[in-house]
Amino acid sequence: METAIKDLTIADEKIVSKSAIGNYLKEAFKSVGEITIFGGRFFKELFLPPYEFKAFFIQSYKIGNKSLPLVAITGFIMGLVLTLQARPTLAEFGAESWLPGMVALSLIREIAPVITALISAGKIGSGIGAELGSMKVTEQIDAMEVSAINPFKYLVVTRILATTLMIPLLVFFADGVGMFGAFVGVNIHNHVTLIRFFHQAISKIAFIDIIPATIKSVFFGFFIGLIGCYNGYTADNGTESVGKAANTAVVMASLTIFIIDMLAVQIIDLL
Amino acid sequence: MQVEELPITIKTDQTKNVIQIKNLHKTFTDREHEVLRGVNLTIKEGENVVVLGKSGTGKSVLIKCIVGLVAADEGEINVFGKDIHDLPEKELNKMRIKMGFLFQSAALYDSMTVRENLAFPLQRSQKNLSAKEREAMIVEQLHNVGLEAAIDKMPSELSGGMRKRIGLARTLILKPEIMLYDEPTTGLDTITSKEISELILSVQKKNKTTSIIITHDMECAKLTADRVVILKDGVIVAEGTYSSLENSQDEWVRSFFNK
Ligand SMILES: Nc1ncnc2c1ncn2[C@@H]1O[C@H](COP(=O)(O)OP(=O)(O)OP(=O)(O)O)[C@@H](O)[C@H]1O
Ligand SMILES: [Mg+2]
Repeated sequence: METAIKDLTIADEKIVSKSAIGNYLKEAFKSVGEITIFGGRFFKELFLPPYEFKAFFIQSYKIGNKSLPLVAITGFIMGLVLTLQARPTLAEFGAESWLPGMVALSLIREIAPVITALISAGKIGSGIGAELGSMKVTEQIDAMEVSAINPFKYLVVTRILATTLMIPLLVFFADGVGMFGAFVGVNIHNHVTLIRFFHQAISKIAFIDIIPATIKSVFFGFFIGLIGCYNGYTADNGTESVGKAANTAVVMASLTIFIIDMLAVQIIDLL
Repeated sequence: MQVEELPITIKTDQTKNVIQIKNLHKTFTDREHEVLRGVNLTIKEGENVVVLGKSGTGKSVLIKCIVGLVAADEGEINVFGKDIHDLPEKELNKMRIKMGFLFQSAALYDSMTVRENLAFPLQRSQKNLSAKEREAMIVEQLHNVGLEAAIDKMPSELSGGMRKRIGLARTLILKPEIMLYDEPTTGLDTITSKEISELILSVQKKNKTTSIIITHDMECAKLTADRVVILKDGVIVAEGTYSSLENSQDEWVRSFFNK
């Protein structure tokens, strides 16, 4: 109890003092450096046999299975809300027929990838952080190592690959469900058939809209896996570090998602 | 509390030295104090060496150094005549298959059932086993630790002592040439403790296993030890047979034996 109070005041002082800000920056750069090394190890081990196909499929299935309902609900709501909000403005210009196309564009380009990635950071990234963190703390990772099983390959490589594959798939799924939400939104005020709705939507989408969004989603997936694994795999001993690993994984991954998104906008602008 | 430092006698008889540790040092960077400060220990083939020492003296760290889980700062660890620090990963893994390690915390894979816990290392180190043979080996090992009934349970459904025994079964199933036991009987009742000690002894007899046994359980030490060493402040301060240490001149050494 006493130490907890002491820790609190120490933390408070840190926020205030200037050298503490320097320390935070130092810690941040250190993490970035360590994650880069961790990522380098991923690419090295990825191509070296033996390959853990089974563990990879299990992880992919788990990720999809875990997030599908959440992604479905949020995707639907996003499509619906976007439609309801954009409708009055478009109606003023008598351009209601643009509604499906506009919603489709913002969903596919921005909303679906970012929202899906953020949800996955919260659900999958933290899950990976906590799972690997507790395996580290309870010496399960050490146990693999002493039985000559490469834990990095078995646990880390499979998970990063699985998120890199599954997040883009979840984004496609969110695109679809979001469009259905938009269809429902349009039908609250007007009656439009599903076929006509999708016809209107697709007329505004070019193939070129899907590619950057998909590439972006691949990066989101990769970093969610990488950051989750890094935080879990390098957790300190002690049970409180499991919670810390999960928490840090979510914060770092969410931040990374926004940074990637910002970079992606700039790059697409240049093209 | 004077403790005589024993000279390291170099053994020159025919039996092979399986583990040879010379001047082993280890400090953890986040902690200032040196945990191991020059440990010297030689273990011959088929020998059971019991390591005694107060909590926190570095007994677990010592055996973690032997399997290469913890990297030593200084000194040499030879296993089967090879310095494990110089070994490339592939060679080290070959070496690790010959070594069994029972973790103090059992370290069961908690996302797997007991059966899968035993099957997992087995599948990977002996790829040519049929599913039937594997199952038979698993059942046999679980029988040895008295826990066939737990085969389909998850680790979270087991008591601490049961986990320890499953951990033991998981290690012994690979028939290692060297066994490193970290407190094999802690948390077990006297009867089960005795059974586990006897199991350790029978494994030694049957497979000619060389073992290091860390324990606080003097019954287990008495039953299993060919030789006892006592670790204190990062060095080995006493060494000898169980009965010789039990009747040692030194009061501190004798205090381990409740005498
Ligand atoms: N990974 C680690 N990082 C930092 N310090 C460690 C680590 N592992 C062990 N230590 C420290 O090394 C010392 C020896 O620990 P060790 O676990 O070997 O003790 P032990 O002799 O096995 O004790 P016990 O009988 O309680 O199991 C302790 O002070 C511990 O804090
Ligand atoms: Mg210990």
